[in-house]
Amino acid sequence: MAPQTPIRPMSDEAARRRRGRNLAIFIVLLGLCALFYAITIVKLAHL
Amino acid sequence: MNIRTGNQRVSDVTSSTTGAGEVIGSTLSSPLAQPGEAIFETDYRDWITLLKPRVLTLVVFTGLIGLIVAPGHLHAVLGFTAILCITVAAGACGAINMWYDRDIDAIMHRTRRRPIPAGRIEPGAALGFGVTLAVGSVIVMGLAVNIPAALILALSVCFYVFVYTMWLKRRTPQNIVIGGAAGAFPPVIGWAAVTGSVDLVPLILFGIIFIWTPPHFWSLALWAIDDYRRAGVPMLPVVSGARETRRQILLYTIVLIPLTLAPYFIGFSGLPYGIAAALLGLVFLQKVYRVLADRQDAAGKSLTSDKPAKAAFKYSIYYLFALFGALALDHLVG
Repeated sequence: MAPQTPIRPMSDEAARRRRGRNLAIFIVLLGLCALFYAITIVKLAHL
Repeated sequence: MNIRTGNQRVSDVTSSTTGAGEVIGSTLSSPLAQPGEAIFETDYRDWITLLKPRVLTLVVFTGLIGLIVAPGHLHAVLGFTAILCITVAAGACGAINMWYDRDIDAIMHRTRRRPIPAGRIEPGAALGFGVTLAVGSVIVMGLAVNIPAALILALSVCFYVFVYTMWLKRRTPQNIVIGGAAGAFPPVIGWAAVTGSVDLVPLILFGIIFIWTPPHFWSLALWAIDDYRRAGVPMLPVVSGARETRRQILLYTIVLIPLTLAPYFIGFSGLPYGIAAALLGLVFLQKVYRVLADRQDAAGKSLTSDKPAKAAFKYSIYYLFALFGALALDHLVG
């Protein structure tokens, strides 16, 4: 059995940064979905 | 001294023992640090910093101008996608460049606070981020816009990463002369996004940015010479001295001005652009002449804290914006 490494509790600051990163990724993914949808509509309209 | 010769890399930041390296070493290789721990310190703004956002403004702008002045029509959504792909690919180049140059970034005062040397992002993560964005942007460009634009985009990324960053930057004072081609691609890509091909006009726009790059970067290098010397980067002022650099800045600017008039002389743009290009060029010439005539000691070191070089560097950025802006305006109004 592998030795367990102690887990350091996440500080408030680290949690805040993680929330910031997660929100940024969410916004980027949402934007990409909207962009790919728009591209698809434009491409279909010009077929 | 922990400075490499030729293309040898400065020892990795995790084991660096000089200057900023001590700080960095304590962050990334401290006995208390755990693998992957740097990620807890990462703010999303650090990832944006990896993309070199200040450089991106010029890339976006020149790419947009290439797209605007190109003959033909591209749907706004696809035009936006093309500019987004150019922007993301250029940002990816910045991230890969920061990954590769993390050793010298840790030494240079101007760059030591970047996310990798400061220990806020791990080098491998930055590389993965950059490669993912580069590949993704080329694929989206190919699928959404057209294949020629995607191929030129891929070429520009490869040129920046392999030719400039990995090959030229640490080997020759001609690094930013040849490497400047990487930054000259955006208007060509913008043009290709609309037309699906490349002809004389985008090549002239490419040439303008290509010839503009040396006076722009050498103006910066004149006052950042100590940084480049410490990092062992063979920029022209380090290798040939400040006096020769000032002379080269003037020579490149003299070549640049007639080239900026080429769109007018080949009949692509009207007289308003021609006048704007000539006036902007004359002011640029005046700025670089002041760099040449700067008060200096026997070794060529500025006695004015390189004020003229700083002014020329600042103006060179406005100059390119104004020049390309004038071209687009002339095209839209004329």
